[in-house]
Amino acid sequence: MASSPRAGGTERASTAIRVEAVSKTFDTAAVLHDLSLDVRAGELLGLLGPSGSGKTTLLRIIAGLDAPDRGRILFGGDDATGLPVQERAVGFVFQHYALFKHMSVADNIAYGLNARRRADRPAKAEIKRRVGDLLDLIRLSGFGDRYPSQLSGGQRQRVALARALAVEPRVLLLDEPFGALDAQVRKDLRRWLREIHDRTGQTTIFVTHDQDEALELSDRVAVLDKGRLEQVGTPDEVQENPVSATVLKFLGDSVEVEAIAEGGHVSVRGRATPVAAPAGLIGPVKLYVRPWQLQLVEPEAAHLSGVVRSSYRSQGRQRIEVEEAGGHVLAVEDFDGVRYAAGHPVGLRINGGYVFA
Amino acid sequence: MSEIASPVRLPETRPVAATGEGTGVRVLLIGTAITFLALFLVLPLGAVFVQAFAHGVSAYLDAFREPDALSAIRLTLTVAAIAVPFNLVFGVAASWAIAKFEFPGKTFLITLIDLPFSVSPVVSGLIYVLIFGSQGLFGGWLLAHGVQVLFALPGIVLATIFVTFPFVARELIPLMQEQGSSEEEAALTLGASGWHAFRTVTLPNIRWGLLYSVLLCNARAMGEFGAVSVVSGHIRGLTNTMPLHVEILYNEYNFVASFAVASLLAALALVTLVVKSILEWRFSGELAASRRH
Amino acid sequence: MPAILAAPPGVAPPRPARRFRRPSVLPGFGLSFGYTLACLGVVVLFPLAGLVAKASGLGLGGIWRVATDPRVASALRLSFGVSLLAAFVASVFGFLIAWVLTRYEFPGRKIVDAAVDLPFALPTAVAGIALASLYAPDGLVGAPLDRLGIQIAYTPLGVFVAMTFVGLPFAVRTVQPLIAEIDKEVEEASATLGATRRATLLKVVLPPLVPAVLTGFALAFARGVGEYGSVIFIAGNLPYVSEIAPLLIVIKLSEFDYGGAAAIATIMLGISFLTLLAINLIQAWSRRRFGYV
Repeated sequence: MASSPRAGGTERASTAIRVEAVSKTFDTAAVLHDLSLDVRAGELLGLLGPSGSGKTTLLRIIAGLDAPDRGRILFGGDDATGLPVQERAVGFVFQHYALFKHMSVADNIAYGLNARRRADRPAKAEIKRRVGDLLDLIRLSGFGDRYPSQLSGGQRQRVALARALAVEPRVLLLDEPFGALDAQVRKDLRRWLREIHDRTGQTTIFVTHDQDEALELSDRVAVLDKGRLEQVGTPDEVQENPVSATVLKFLGDSVEVEAIAEGGHVSVRGRATPVAAPAGLIGPVKLYVRPWQLQLVEPEAAHLSGVVRSSYRSQGRQRIEVEEAGGHVLAVEDFDGVRYAAGHPVGLRINGGYVFA
Repeated sequence: MSEIASPVRLPETRPVAATGEGTGVRVLLIGTAITFLALFLVLPLGAVFVQAFAHGVSAYLDAFREPDALSAIRLTLTVAAIAVPFNLVFGVAASWAIAKFEFPGKTFLITLIDLPFSVSPVVSGLIYVLIFGSQGLFGGWLLAHGVQVLFALPGIVLATIFVTFPFVARELIPLMQEQGSSEEEAALTLGASGWHAFRTVTLPNIRWGLLYSVLLCNARAMGEFGAVSVVSGHIRGLTNTMPLHVEILYNEYNFVASFAVASLLAALALVTLVVKSILEWRFSGELAASRRH
Repeated sequence: MPAILAAPPGVAPPRPARRFRRPSVLPGFGLSFGYTLACLGVVVLFPLAGLVAKASGLGLGGIWRVATDPRVASALRLSFGVSLLAAFVASVFGFLIAWVLTRYEFPGRKIVDAAVDLPFALPTAVAGIALASLYAPDGLVGAPLDRLGIQIAYTPLGVFVAMTFVGLPFAVRTVQPLIAEIDKEVEEASATLGATRRATLLKVVLPPLVPAVLTGFALAFARGVGEYGSVIFIAGNLPYVSEIAPLLIVIKLSEFDYGGAAAIATIMLGISFLTLLAINLIQAWSRRRFGYV
């Protein structure tokens, strides 16, 4: 019963998988650039990035489905770069599940055990028992005799997971595990995957392009962009301290404001903001502000001003779009309080934000 | 048409068809198409059986008491029993290499595999005559060593393999391409060896496509006339396949016997069509969607 | 940059610089690819090269001399002329049949659909004797026509009938999937924009089908030119009148005139390749213009 190291910054966890300076080129397009990443034993790591960022390729290289052009993959300290996929003991869940259509659910789950050499193969009864346990785990007891075509998308996803878990892999790799499912099933499965992980303590890496998914589910998030690792950290870390504008933009909406850095502070239109400037950064900078870091105030006390263009309410919050004099549109998020009519002049105060050297 | 029948039967006649033809036009078109098909395709098929039984059942059966007819049947079965498995293995190997891997020149390779379909059957036979014939490339050598290729089983088998060469590959290549490789990859991540994955995952996935293509390949192999005619030498009782035997009997005005042997081939064609259609209706999802004839 | 310079102990990382094929975890590429090439070489390429070698021995002049021999010239004219005509008729009726089969529901539709493939499945010799017996002056179809003064068997018309028979499935099967794929909404859009049914058909439905019809025409033509078995029985094979080019190859071979046979075969192969090229160009154009083949 391993408990999840969700608490964050648990340095005691040992490294399960080390990706060391991996590069990969397909045909002529570089997909991964000199990428290094440590995956800790027992953690649930989300590989987050836009499509084409190389995250799926990285997952396939860890699995041994693709070979890196340069660099190494280490499993628990041992070089696994040249290890064939069969011997890596990874549980890979494919984006579209890749269930064996002609086999029953039970046969799908038992496949990895049946594929073993006779000497290593568990007895028939043992295989049956394990399949039963896994069916219980994925809450599909009694579905063993069905065929993949008779299951819903979410059920197939769970079968694919059970099939991967059946071989007792040292790491579970999931490629866009919820990508092909509709919104409600997605949410349920997310929570369920987290539960399974907390129960089994299985080292797990999953790939996603959905920020919410990565932030909700992961112990740590690795943000990839254009084949490079931008940042690794707990969901809180990457959200509170994004290391680059790329990470910041990818993790949520933001507005860009022209600002001046001097004396360790950032000011906008001659008015100081609470945002600290990195040491040594002086001169014009771009200040990135989240919608909720902007506050509607009287024009006199504002950093920025404009007129309300539109506003709508959603789930107890109000989102207001403000157009500056130059036509620049800013999105503001506020508690659902005062209503603003279109054309109403307003001022905006900056309560926080990020600048990057 | 949806499989789930709605409990309420809507009236068949819609007031105004926005995107269809009127009933009159429709009936006319269907009538023309069916008449044309009946006259052009079904009538000849019927003619085969009518002619075969023109003088009764015993005359029909007499045709198969001929030793030459029996030897023709035996030869046809032998040729198919060699040519079809050969093309089966070739087709599986070729589609594995072409569908599962990326390499340059793939389209060109597929064109080469399809080549025999665009060659006249007579030319298909001729090319083997040019190689193995007495004036051919290897003719002298074969003669000196007493090896008989032309006017013998090897030549007939070669010509048959040539004309049926693309059948299996052209069905399996698009089928395997549509299926992708993720199931095989999944098997490998679960610890299966390549051979185990091929046996337990790939083969079951292509089984209907395989059966489908073998069926068509076999029909063509047993029915091939032009190419075999050129290389066989028409030696009665020795190198005559069923289609060649049909020709000889026909040219001797022995129509009943000729059509009797032909009726066996026609029955084979019918069985092939029926099984093929069943496969298409029942397993359309497991056959290649983008097949070209 | 903390690049790892030291080579890892033990297994060296695979280092694919520019390889022939893209690396894959699936095994068996070398074996299956090698086997494919070997079969292709032995069965198809080497024998065809033998024909090309033989023909180049004759030289262009030699081939030209054979081609301009009056009997050969008339056979080639007949083969190409009649198969063009037959391909045209097959395309027209093929389109109609494909349309009826995909657009309308009527009892027995599936059986009619299956029957279209009859010429594929029926051995050519069987089709040949069946057509000959039907269209002969005393045949079921031939007799009434004979009374009208129309003779089909043993004339170029007979050749035309046989070539249409074998070409029909190509014409149907190339257009059928595209008719099935026509988006009903496009037709509905056209109707909502005020187009008449006629205008919708002519301006919206038919244009995207043109490449497929042309491809079907080319395939039917190629099949007709090379066809042997189903033609020779009904043709009567009168020199200068109803003698087709493939038959002339057989005759040359039986006279041991390998050179003459190779020359005619080369001309026919040349035409096949031009047809293949035309098909590829049509499809490339279609892909550019309509986004599909």
